[in-house]
Formats: sequence, structure tokens, C-alpha cells
Amino acid sequence: MSGDLSLQTPLHAWHSAHGGRMVEFGGWSMPVQYTSINDEHQAVRNRVGLFDISHMGRLVFEGPEAESWLERATTNHVAKLAPGRIQYSLMVNDQGGALDDVLVYRMLDKGLRMVCNASNRGKVTDQLNAIATAMNLDPLTRAGDHTKTTAMIAVQGPKSEATLQRILGTPLGPIGSYQLCEGPIIAGPANGAHAVVSRTGYTGEDGFELIVPSPLALPVWETLLDAGREFDILPCGLGARDTLRFEAAMPLYGHELDESINPYAAGLGWVVKLNKGDFVGREALRRFKTNPERTRIGLALEGKRIARQGCPVRFDGAEVGVVTSGTFSPTLGRSLAMALVKPVVATLGARLAIDVRGRDEPAEVVPLPFYRRP
Amino acid sequence: MDPKTLKYTASHEWVKRDGDIATVGVSRFAVDQLTDLILIDLTKSKVGSTLEAGSSFGEIESVKAVSDLYAPVSGEVVEVNPAVAENVQLLAEDPYEKGWLVKLRLTDPAQVDALLSFDDYQKQVMDSPH
Repeated sequence: MSGDLSLQTPLHAWHSAHGGRMVEFGGWSMPVQYTSINDEHQAVRNRVGLFDISHMGRLVFEGPEAESWLERATTNHVAKLAPGRIQYSLMVNDQGGALDDVLVYRMLDKGLRMVCNASNRGKVTDQLNAIATAMNLDPLTRAGDHTKTTAMIAVQGPKSEATLQRILGTPLGPIGSYQLCEGPIIAGPANGAHAVVSRTGYTGEDGFELIVPSPLALPVWETLLDAGREFDILPCGLGARDTLRFEAAMPLYGHELDESINPYAAGLGWVVKLNKGDFVGREALRRFKTNPERTRIGLALEGKRIARQGCPVRFDGAEVGVVTSGTFSPTLGRSLAMALVKPVVATLGARLAIDVRGRDEPAEVVPLPFYRRP
Repeated sequence: MDPKTLKYTASHEWVKRDGDIATVGVSRFAVDQLTDLILIDLTKSKVGSTLEAGSSFGEIESVKAVSDLYAPVSGEVVEVNPAVAENVQLLAEDPYEKGWLVKLRLTDPAQVDALLSFDDYQKQVMDSPH
């Protein structure tokens, strides 16, 4: 829609011109789909799909105390992060509730970067600034916000390496999961452009995420579409991004995570390193580790109706939790949901009921993730 | 069926009247906007029951959202399309013929005349943000 105050990525005009149905998401105008969510989903599971993820926040840290700053701000162990590697992490508040889930990058030159959620960029920056003040950081230590000067594109699916390798002058074979490289684009009008490329994604498939300067986003995007043509590459929107991440049980902020949800309840205890030294929220998290209060589970519904966020979950008539996300899984062909429930009912095979718009739907507790790539 | 001869509601249902029987379905525009249909639930529409105009007679579920279906007119349910409840793709493929949803015996046939014409419906769809 035009006339609103949403931010636009450098690919906005391309999306609009190619059938992208634009919606507001995290303060940005983004395509939810171009054709059908199902087709775009299958392209990523079976071939390759391309996503504009330029709305994600990108921060670049500088200065002598960047590492201790991030160590204080995040729950994972930054000091353990070797050059060329990436770490999934969390920022929490003093009560241990999730402010955001983020990726921390250790560049080859040892510099640190962060990718955060679009909707949380302001909150993340505020928290980082508050920590910097409290730590009385060296003034040369700071974070630059590169969200608008760069663009971010995800290439995801079993043919993502073959597609991306055609346009990148650095070998991708040696780059493992959650590792990164930097290299030049070697095809199309963006020839020579510098890209940061990581083997990361939000789909449950093999895939890469590229960060390139904003003015080169369009030529890189179009060159990637050309390179993937033989694999029937599809541009994909936020709709398929959501169904893909859902099947892989990756949390979506605002659903499986928010400020009232602690990492242990969300199933992300592995990202919290209580013994690494002091960090924001550590005392609260120590308590949640022994009593997370709730647990994230997977549920398979008997029928086809979709249990959406907020649907109450019941056991024997008593409310035991709430659905955080639900959809009809394109890969598994059934209605599935994730929910936060009392740990006592979080047993595989347990039979619960989900109140979907006033009607109870039987559902069984099943393992997460719903889908794991072959 | 020629969509131009049907009557419409602002909530995207269509109506075709034959004497005192009204056939009700969902417009092509609505189907195209929803995409990725999962199911249509018409359990609220039992043959012999009476629907009031504006009341929900079922729901249509797509990956993106669930939407209520609203009775465009009042009447007794005389038939429910079993094929579309079985296979929602019929609705995506052919919303005006194979994808019809329910047939009602009209309480007041004049209610049909008050619905939107094809042209008025088109105009409304063009003007609405979507």
C-alpha cells in the first residue's frame, strides 16, 4: 500500500512490479507472497528460493571493547566465537524475558556484527546503548547501524549453493553451517561488488544470506534470479518464510519469543551460557533454568483447521497453555502448531485439545522440529 | 455461470436466484486474494436449519487467515455442496460452478435485489485497500 510510513528496502519497486503483495512487517513494507505461499514454500524445500530480508537490522561494532560489550548484552559466549563464524544468541531483559533473538558474526578481521529482527532494532539499540553507558565503555567502542546502507538477500534450498556459486568469486564448498566468507560478485551488472556471505537461514534448508551495499541490491537480486533459472528459482515472500521456519521449529519473535518468555521456556536454553561471566539477565535466567514455568511443544491436530496464535490449549478441560504459531504444513500435509504449555503436559504422545474459535480440536504432542532436512 | 449475472455482498459472497432458491458461493476475487486454501467448513449449515442474513454459515481457511462466510440473505438451508467440503480446490478452480457452497430457500426473495450488482461489486473491490 502506498501512503503509509513503512520503510522500503532497495528491492521494493522490484517486488511491486513482480506481483509482490506488500504488507507492513516490523515497520517495513515487505512482500508476503508473489504467487502462492505453497509454491514458494515448495521451491525452497525442493529447489531454491530467493528472499529479500533487508528489513533485518544490521549493526557493525567497532572499538577495543566491542567484545566485552556484546558479552554483557547477549546470552551466548561471544569469546568462543572464532573468526568466520556466527552464533545464534539472545538479548534478554533484567527479568530474563527475551528482547530479541539475534545472530552475532565474527568477521575474518575479528570484527563483530549483529543481525537482529526488524521490529526489535530500536529496542536492541537502546539496550546496547544503556549497557555501554553502564559499562562506561571507551568512546571509540560503538555500533554503527548499517540497516539502510546495506541490503540482505537470502538464497535458500538444496540448489542454493549451485545458484550462488555461479555469481560469487569465492568457493562456498568449505563454508560450513554458521560460517561466513567475503567475496566479490563475479557476474552481472554488480560484477566486482563486495558481499558478506554466511551459510545461515530461516527455512530449515541449506542456504546462504548475503549482505551487499544497498545500491547493488537490485543487480545482485536479478543476477541471482538468472543464475537460479535452471533450477526454477522463485522469489519468495514472508508467507513462505513463515511456513518454512515454522516446520523447522525456529522461533519467530512475537510468537515463540517475547519479553514475557524466557529462553528455557522457548527451548533455547542451549543459547544461554550462565558460566561465561556476568551479563544482563543472568540472575533471573539462573532461576528459570531450574523452573522454566512453561515449555515449548509441537502439536499435531487431527483435523485440518489451523490453530493460530492465542488459541487456548487444554488438558482434561483445564487450560494448560497457549498456541504461539500454527499453520497447515505444506511439507507434511497436516495442521500443526507450536504452543507454550505447563511442563507437566509436555510429554510426547500426550493428547491435548486446542480451542480453535470456540471449538475444541484434538491434538497430540509431537517432537520438534516438525521437519528436518534429509 | 456468468459472474456478471450474479449478485454480491461486500464480504465477497455471490448469490444466484432461481425462483425462491438462492445458490451462494464466494467470488473469484476473494479466492484469488486468499490463495493457498486449506479447507472450507460448512458444519454450521445443516440442511433444514435457517440462516439469518449476515450470520456466519461457515469458515474458509487459508494458510494466511481464516475468514467467516456470511449468509447474504435469509433462508432455510436446502442443500450443502458435499464436493467442496471434501475438496476445497474445487473452490479455487471453479468458484461459480463446481465451487458453490449452499442453497437456501429464500425467506424474502426481495433481499436478493438489494445486494450489489456485478458492476457495483467490481467498483467496491477496486476501491478497497487490499
